[in-house]
Amino acid sequence: MSSQNGFYRFTGTDDYIVSPSLVDAVNCAIALERPLLIKGEPGTGKTLLAENVARALGMPMESWHIKSTSKASEGLYVYDTVQRLNDARFGDGDVSDIRRYIRYGPLGRSFSAEERTVLLIDEIDKADLEFPNDLLLELDQMRFTVMETGDEVVARERPVVIITSNNERELPDAFLRRCVFHFIEFPERELMQKIVAVHHDNLDSKLLDQVLIKFYWLREQNDLRKKPSTSELIDWISALLKSGISQDQLESHIPFMSALLKNEQDTEALSRYDDRGGELPTQWSDLGPRYNQ
Amino acid sequence: MFLDLFYGLRKAGIPVAMQEWRMLLESLEQGMHACSLLHFYHLSRACLVKSEVWFDAFDAVFAEVFEGVEGALDIEDEVMKWLRDPKAAEQLTAEQLAELERLTHSELMKRFLETLAEQDERHDGGGRWVGTGGRSPYGHGGVHPTGIRVGGPGRNRSAMKVAEERRFRDYRTDQTLDLRQTRVALRRLRNLTRSGNASELDLDETIDETCRNGGEIELVFRPPKRNNLRLLLLMDVGGTMDPYYEPVSRLLTALHEERGIRDFRSYYFHNCIYEHVFKTARLAASDAVPTGELFRMLNERWKVLVVGDAAMHPAELLQSYGNIDPRVVSETPGIDWLHRIAAHFNRSVWLNPDDKRYWDQTQTTRVIRRTFPMFQLSVDGISEAVQALIGARVQA
Repeated sequence: MSSQNGFYRFTGTDDYIVSPSLVDAVNCAIALERPLLIKGEPGTGKTLLAENVARALGMPMESWHIKSTSKASEGLYVYDTVQRLNDARFGDGDVSDIRRYIRYGPLGRSFSAEERTVLLIDEIDKADLEFPNDLLLELDQMRFTVMETGDEVVARERPVVIITSNNERELPDAFLRRCVFHFIEFPERELMQKIVAVHHDNLDSKLLDQVLIKFYWLREQNDLRKKPSTSELIDWISALLKSGISQDQLESHIPFMSALLKNEQDTEALSRYDDRGGELPTQWSDLGPRYNQ
Repeated sequence: MFLDLFYGLRKAGIPVAMQEWRMLLESLEQGMHACSLLHFYHLSRACLVKSEVWFDAFDAVFAEVFEGVEGALDIEDEVMKWLRDPKAAEQLTAEQLAELERLTHSELMKRFLETLAEQDERHDGGGRWVGTGGRSPYGHGGVHPTGIRVGGPGRNRSAMKVAEERRFRDYRTDQTLDLRQTRVALRRLRNLTRSGNASELDLDETIDETCRNGGEIELVFRPPKRNNLRLLLLMDVGGTMDPYYEPVSRLLTALHEERGIRDFRSYYFHNCIYEHVFKTARLAASDAVPTGELFRMLNERWKVLVVGDAAMHPAELLQSYGNIDPRVVSETPGIDWLHRIAAHFNRSVWLNPDDKRYWDQTQTTRVIRRTFPMFQLSVDGISEAVQALIGARVQA
């Protein structure tokens, strides 16, 4: 954590490498106290970002993983009527105290926390269309009222809100307008080398080159339905290292394909390429100009 | 110049409103841009643009507005070395700031080069020399409001270079058809009703029933909400549609995976619809289904999505015996079948993979457009088509 000019500054952590544009977006969101909306391909570390921001700034984290059945009000609090009904029927505890049956959700907890927290709202696009709109006021003002008791919960310290979206559906304009937006691009060669180094620091540089050449080549294949992502690359390298494969073996074929391609059709598409006698690239110059700057 | 950016973006069709603009100004007030065009580029993109779909248009506008602002400066290595290791910034009073603001950009450039020529050692802080953390207009980590930024940590690419690369071209939605984005568009196809097994606890009813039951708990369940939409896909294959096979098969995959839809059928045809449609894209005779059968099996509430380029010989569409398939004799002209489809189903749309600009040049496309609302086969076009299928009625 570094505190400069009176506000927190995030610069990434030892094992989470960020691009300069993401750093700017995160700091902008922190300084403006606005939610940060993160989009990007699956497997580019959207969720990890929140954990690392929390770690770097030394703040506790609340996470709220959205499902298709999630409702906005659940994030604030849940009033457990059935429990109360049950207690009333069987006479357990003091039923007249409604507060006993109010349970705060992640949003409610981070608002009522003593210190500033990082609040992750993960995969907001999984929920119903209206979900983000239902949260507008609460995220704007960082306060809400518990209807059943009339208690008002006001955030003492506005939490750093990080929202991720997998692009499953569009988010409403009014919601977008209030967010700082960042799209995590797929890491390019240089950044990817740094990212890989964080996970596998003793990798031979020639082997790494071969691995990345194959990886980026695979991503360029248009007939793939699901392109392999960073997290798959890391897994693949782990598999390669465990099996002790050498750089020469990598040149002519791609072992442990199942770590990279998770889709039957994709595996077939690639074996068709093999059958046609297609050659695998072995040098950066075999790839397009965007890898050779 | 900043307002140029704002209006430039609006002119390019990017939805930027005052709220976003104020967000950017607020972040600039806080000094988040650190007097660097690259940081400013990141900031303005994060604040103003809320979807990667618009990144490419943003890059184009940004590059145009700020062209030439970030001139390439030929700085000696040693000067850069001083700059690479910054010292903390000093705080300025309002008067000092106001005085500094008076310098114009060209004046500044001139003086910068002069100063650079005179300077012979490292400076940090202070108000004249090139260095870090000072209020001199040159260097970085300093506080000069209109100053020239020279080097600095983390500066690997310039904003202009980033903007000019236009790396987000692939994310545009008005020209491309991405599987994932298509699914987003198709997800709007829905018509929620309660049907099926009662599996969801109806709390209000439960409480009412429990009260009526004298406090004995009585749980009431209801069926959950489900998408009640039925979709019929009619797709042109072969011939002129060959180049579009790839995007169309992607669309088909997306539709199949869209399990939220209650019912989905797809049939194929070649060029135009006649007496028969086919269950598979091979158009084998054994797969033929009489088109009239569709009207019998499917009621008018089914939504119809036709995918085809609508470009064919006028005779194929308008004349009797127009079917170019030699195996069959089609007495009724294709256009009559199209009319029947449009008349039987309440809502139907046509998706055309050809570029919108060329539609009017083809006679058959013009004719078909009179019967079906036509949209381009792109993510944006599909969104509009979905609107036409479920939203308020649109004139054909």
